[in-house]
Amino acid sequence: MNAIYDFSILTGGIHEWLSGLMSPTAVMITEMVIIGTLLIVFVALMGLVLVLAERKVAAFFQLRLGPNRVGPWGSLQTLADFLKLLTKELITTKSADKFLYNLAPFIVMLTPFLALGVIPFAPGLQIMDMNIGVFFITAVSSMGVLGILIGGWASNNKYSLIGGMRSAAMVVSYELSVTLAIMTMVIMTESLSLSEIVASQSDGWWIIKGHIPALIAFLLYLTASTAETNRGPFDLAEAESELTAGFHTEYGGIKFAFFFLSEFVNMLVVASIATILFFGGWMPFHLPFEWAVGFNHIMDFIPGIVWGFGKVTFVIFLMMWFRWTFPRLRIDQILNLEWKYLLPMNLVNFLLMALIALSGFYL
Amino acid sequence: MSTIIAYFKGIGQGLNTLWTGMKVTGYYFFHARKEIITMQYPDNRDTLKIPERFRGRVVMLHDQNNEHACNGCTMCEMACPNGSIKIITDKILNPETGKVVRIIDKHIYHFSMCTLCNLCVQACPSNALAMDNSYENSVYDRSELTFVLNQPGSKIRDNVKD
Repeated sequence: MNAIYDFSILTGGIHEWLSGLMSPTAVMITEMVIIGTLLIVFVALMGLVLVLAERKVAAFFQLRLGPNRVGPWGSLQTLADFLKLLTKELITTKSADKFLYNLAPFIVMLTPFLALGVIPFAPGLQIMDMNIGVFFITAVSSMGVLGILIGGWASNNKYSLIGGMRSAAMVVSYELSVTLAIMTMVIMTESLSLSEIVASQSDGWWIIKGHIPALIAFLLYLTASTAETNRGPFDLAEAESELTAGFHTEYGGIKFAFFFLSEFVNMLVVASIATILFFGGWMPFHLPFEWAVGFNHIMDFIPGIVWGFGKVTFVIFLMMWFRWTFPRLRIDQILNLEWKYLLPMNLVNFLLMALIALSGFYL
Repeated sequence: MSTIIAYFKGIGQGLNTLWTGMKVTGYYFFHARKEIITMQYPDNRDTLKIPERFRGRVVMLHDQNNEHACNGCTMCEMACPNGSIKIITDKILNPETGKVVRIIDKHIYHFSMCTLCNLCVQACPSNALAMDNSYENSVYDRSELTFVLNQPGSKIRDNVKD
């Protein structure tokens, strides 16, 4: 990996410059403020970009043009929508549980913020390198459903409540599959730290090195994580045709925008984890062979941030492809799929991966 | 044993059908430039092609001699489900044969009531009526939507039967 693409040079430089100006405590507080601001800007930007991408991709899948009036190629459409949502009046319905009703959007929004904190997007571009990063993300990502459930309950509306309950039933089940698929890969990576997982793939991505069980784990993870983000064929928490808008029926203005944005940023988080576990995070595409040295060297010249975001974009595109192709499942079909198919397959795959790791039958 | 086979068969069939669906939408996505059917209407007015069978509004066909084929039989008036056609007929003496024949004075067509059902065109025994391909038919006053379909000074073609 070329050292010039390492962001730790930049961040280290800023840290040293700040250390020369003020005391260590003040430096820490300043850096926390800077990082927090950058994270909020990043999440808002990614939200705008992803919503636009979703609308454009959906349009192309359905042979439409999508937004193309505001700005070139419709690029300012989501910004206009966001400004409209910002200026709307915040209404709390009369019989809603006021405290929980106002709390729910923040819980939902908190989840992707916490998860983004440990994800390495490029060399050195990671807010916090925890040694239990994977564990932290699986723990944090299950908090999102709490916000959905609270929002559905506090709205005091039958549609919201049904949407929230469906979401809870679904996410609680699919958490198992997501975690098991992640654990299957952790057998290979031998570490829970996300940066070490990325580093372990410097000679080839796990989806290539781990062959069959890694591929199965990737498919299982993709299915289960699509369900966990309440997207695609598993979006029955919202289910426009049945529940008007599900758990966020009674929300408007920026509170609704929080729910909406969190769905897309959650997709980003899920795609990032898939990228890190299976496609080597920001690692360039390397072949684990002797004769491929020159090829590997050429790949090194593409910056890590391009690799990282390129792979994340690919996984997000896959999820959008699912969403605009498959019909929505019923609640019993969804639970059937999890408990009768994904979970047993995950357990068998886990065992298979353990056997392969023991026998050394991987690249 | 058969249930186990059915279980794995189900997984295989499921994956297969999912992939079939993804192939269809994937083809659309990657051939979007060619396949998109949306017309950006006000922008493409110059190149817009209206299909021949598009029903714009009812017209009476006139040839180059300003002659039409309507003999005022009122079949279209009777066929119209919402009474948007009213024919005022007249009787004149044919100087050659000495017979009194019926001609139309005014073929009045209320476009504001018309549902473009095409029944009048089908009912016409002499094919005097047709649907044209006009669009952008909105006007600022309701009275502008009442048309007299026979052109001023036009007369019936000779070979049309009574």
